[in-house]
Amino acid sequence: MAKRRAEPLVWLLFTSGGLAAALLLPVLLVLFGLVFPAGWVPAPAQAHLLSLARNPLTRVVLLGLCVLALFHWAHRFRYTLYDGLQLKHLSKLIIVGCYGGALVGSALAGYLLLAGL
Amino acid sequence: MNARYTEFHPRWHRPRMPVFWWAGRRSYLIFVIRELSSVFVAWSVVFLLLLVHAVSQGGTQYQQFLNLSSNPWMLALNVIALAFLVFHAITWFNLAPQAMVVHLRGRRVPRSAITGAHYAGWALLSALAAWLILG
Repeated sequence: MAKRRAEPLVWLLFTSGGLAAALLLPVLLVLFGLVFPAGWVPAPAQAHLLSLARNPLTRVVLLGLCVLALFHWAHRFRYTLYDGLQLKHLSKLIIVGCYGGALVGSALAGYLLLAGL
Repeated sequence: MNARYTEFHPRWHRPRMPVFWWAGRRSYLIFVIRELSSVFVAWSVVFLLLLVHAVSQGGTQYQQFLNLSSNPWMLALNVIALAFLVFHAITWFNLAPQAMVVHLRGRRVPRSAITGAHYAGWALLSALAAWLILG
């Protein structure tokens, strides 16, 4: 019963995470994963990024993005393992691994963005 | 005869599927690639948190992060991740009208308008983020 009641919640996290990831992650990865490392545009100064990251709105947006995107991963990867690799008999282990991983990642993101900056 | 009931493997009724059942047909392959994009979504979050941590630790650590990100292996990984992220975004936005049925003044908002709104939001947020980061 508990599993059935949790399903709408993880589905909601999955869809909002999919949307947040689609809207915001590509531009961040284009800049920090490709444009700056390849030297097409000089990377911004650390002081500028620090003041940007310390803005309360940035913290909230980044934390929301991290948490939702991690739960999006957890939910989708769970079903990838079920269907793609036919591991449904390991259901309990996979659920603990996926959502547990997302929880740990979310806690880490919360610490880094709220306490660490 | 073993009559034990197994929840997900009613072996007597269903033939076993090969593990790589999705490799044979294009539409199945695209489905699995879309599912796998989630791994790269998680990777981008990890990469983003590494950046946040480096920025919070000071100039030296930030420079170390920049060096790490320009390592050829890291660059290659991020280019692949980027391809998966863009694939995720496009498939997500194109599916949005199937998930959202919006009615305005009693009439259904056309599917193209919902997809278009998502792409416009994507462009707007990307431009805003780039503008903020590049300062």
